[in-house]
Amino acid sequence: MPASHQHFLEYAPAPESTAILNLKKDYGLFIDGEFVPGHGTPFATISPATEKHIAQIANANAADVDTAVAAARRAYEKTWSKLSGADRGKYLFRIARLVQERARELAVAESLDNGKPIKESRDVDIPLVAAWFFYYAGWADKLDYAGLGAAPRALGVAAQVIPWNFPLLMLAWKIAPALAAGNTVVLKPAETTPLSALLFAEILQQADLPAGVVNILTGAGDTGQALVQHPDVNKVAFTGSTAVGRAIAKSVAGTGKKLTLELGGKAANIVFDDAPIDQAVEGIVNGIFFNQGHVCCAGSRLLVQENIHEEVVDRLKQRLSTLRLGDPLDKNTDIGAINSREQLERIRELSDIGEAEGAERWTADCAIPENGFWFAPTIFDNVSTSSRIAREEIFGPVLSVLTFRTPAEAISKANNTPYGLSAGIWSDKGSKILAVADELKAGVIWANTFNRFDPSSPFGGYKESGYGREGGRHGLAAYLTNAPPDREAGATTLVPAERRAPQGRGRAK
Amino acid sequence: MTQTHLAVPKTYKLYIGGKFPRSESGRTYEVAAKDGAFLANAAKASRKDARDAVVAARAAQPGWAGATGYNRGQVLYRIAELLEGRRAQFVEEIAASEGVTAAAAGKQVDAAIDTWVWYAGWADKYVQVAGNANAVSGPYFNISVPEPTGVVAIVAPADSLLGLVSVVAPAIVTGNTVVVIASETAPLSAISLAEVLATSDVPGGVINILTGSAAEIAPWLASHADVNALDLTGADGLDWVDLQIAAADTLKRVRTPGDFGASLDRIVGFTETKTVWHTKSLI
Repeated sequence: MPASHQHFLEYAPAPESTAILNLKKDYGLFIDGEFVPGHGTPFATISPATEKHIAQIANANAADVDTAVAAARRAYEKTWSKLSGADRGKYLFRIARLVQERARELAVAESLDNGKPIKESRDVDIPLVAAWFFYYAGWADKLDYAGLGAAPRALGVAAQVIPWNFPLLMLAWKIAPALAAGNTVVLKPAETTPLSALLFAEILQQADLPAGVVNILTGAGDTGQALVQHPDVNKVAFTGSTAVGRAIAKSVAGTGKKLTLELGGKAANIVFDDAPIDQAVEGIVNGIFFNQGHVCCAGSRLLVQENIHEEVVDRLKQRLSTLRLGDPLDKNTDIGAINSREQLERIRELSDIGEAEGAERWTADCAIPENGFWFAPTIFDNVSTSSRIAREEIFGPVLSVLTFRTPAEAISKANNTPYGLSAGIWSDKGSKILAVADELKAGVIWANTFNRFDPSSPFGGYKESGYGREGGRHGLAAYLTNAPPDREAGATTLVPAERRAPQGRGRAK
Repeated sequence: MTQTHLAVPKTYKLYIGGKFPRSESGRTYEVAAKDGAFLANAAKASRKDARDAVVAARAAQPGWAGATGYNRGQVLYRIAELLEGRRAQFVEEIAASEGVTAAAAGKQVDAAIDTWVWYAGWADKYVQVAGNANAVSGPYFNISVPEPTGVVAIVAPADSLLGLVSVVAPAIVTGNTVVVIASETAPLSAISLAEVLATSDVPGGVINILTGSAAEIAPWLASHADVNALDLTGADGLDWVDLQIAAADTLKRVRTPGDFGASLDRIVGFTETKTVWHTKSLI
């Protein structure tokens, strides 16, 4: 076809080369500074875009969890707790630099294993990973200045379980503050996305991080369960589904382990009729179609003021028709692959339910690759507040559209959910934005923007979206205590106790 | 002829939504002094009373959280003023029900008054201490502020008045509302405190006080879907791990049994950090 007849959306393929990767055929567990064989049945990690095998991954059983926790405990007692904060910080700075140096390799590995577009792994995930280590590196020798009471102390061994949607970024959110605060770590990446965590283990070897300070165990749900229930861990941090978070909260009850949970969400993205519509449309797209909607804080419920409903939905459809779905490694790809067959089934099931419940379904007209797991961007219009697609987390590229007339109705609909992770507000009127932000029960609120993340900015939810914060000074508090050593705090506290009991006063009669 | 005054004993009832109802179950239980002497029949709250109290607390919560910090601080301080005015009554009641000397009872009342004053002062300051601006990499105004968690259910410590005040004051100072189960063995000063609250400026429903069996009522509150947080400070005598497990069903924030010394941690533990990002632009 002559170039002059080429449609403006038809670009030549521009895939990022996988030659930068130097992957092993199989990966062991990373325990005590070394890769060692696991004792469970190994499993394969595949590319969700092609279903092709990437590598064979070791599976940690309960005995491997014991070994890893023991290594972390030894490292905590013999090495890490004896280092100065300044030296802990230097290791973290080294890690940040190594991540920057190997950024392209990590981005390619992440897109290959997770299915997310390379432009996202390259421009969002990996730069934020480096930023997270750089930010917390600087805290390591300044804990006394964090406003968390006098001489805060590390908790000990942290058990960390992370999801598959931002594999390496979630690892950074967990490991950077834990190490800065002086804890040692046993981390389990998600079963479908272990690759970048294993490359990260190689980075730790290059950084010469003392053995046992970070241990990485690959495996499935039972590995994670054995880890969080291990009697010798002092801290549990989990990001994932509310159902699993609930089970973890039950299992740590009465143990005194400090717990932070970053769980599901069903964020409202509220668009008022005085919003900057061009930016709002981009923000709505970014809010729900970023990372194929595999985002716990995704703006999955669009609340649009009734008088601009048609205009906004029409423009959304136009915009979605220009998105390019396909090879995650292609630099022009906007929408990558769904991470797993299981997740794809769930998205399909909930979308079918949405249709059955009477919502109007619209799906972008785009070619779906033959192999791999794909779901075209989809909008449901005229969704009722009681519909399951307005209540349950779909965790996919599916937007539910609801309308409102007054700010009070918008607030009430936005808060009508057991979740409370994030929300968006679009309006050109600052006073309205601040008033609405005050009323929303959500831990992160984006005004005239969406899905922004920064290591200095606390992230976490209200209500059933979990508790504790990651990022910023608040994220540091999740890994510190200043309770007396003989009485470790069992409370879910953000700021360790400052003891100042009022004294009974002598009365002048 | 001299007539002696025949005392008029008080009927101790529950305190829900600013009113003093009897238990809907019609039940009472006998409260005795340390030496076994009969003091009063207290209301024995039921599951329904606990649920009514949660409804009252939920209804009062947005208004209380919406009051300014300066206002909430004055309301808490006002409680201290009124408690001071009724000091003699509380000393007598505590001495009788706990079997302590008047001096020891006086010390407890003083500490309770000072606890209200100490927490009152935090009302317009904890946001500054627990929140902060964030220097993000980009053109955004970004700020993190603590907000009240919502409705907090509390099992108060056995130390009758001081224990109760020490768990209620830090929970409400931020704008939470509470349902508190008073000390089972020494509940009378809790209901007398309710009389102080009813004549103070605390809006009805902000503090709801139940008397009765904590072992019976606490599980209903721990599993209640409209309760956001559970303070088990006084629950060391109960099967509190089961309560913590029940609370996990709706991911309640839980404070496990422990001391009740005044601390900023008690305030911040029942708050949620909200982070707001706003674009900066000249267009």
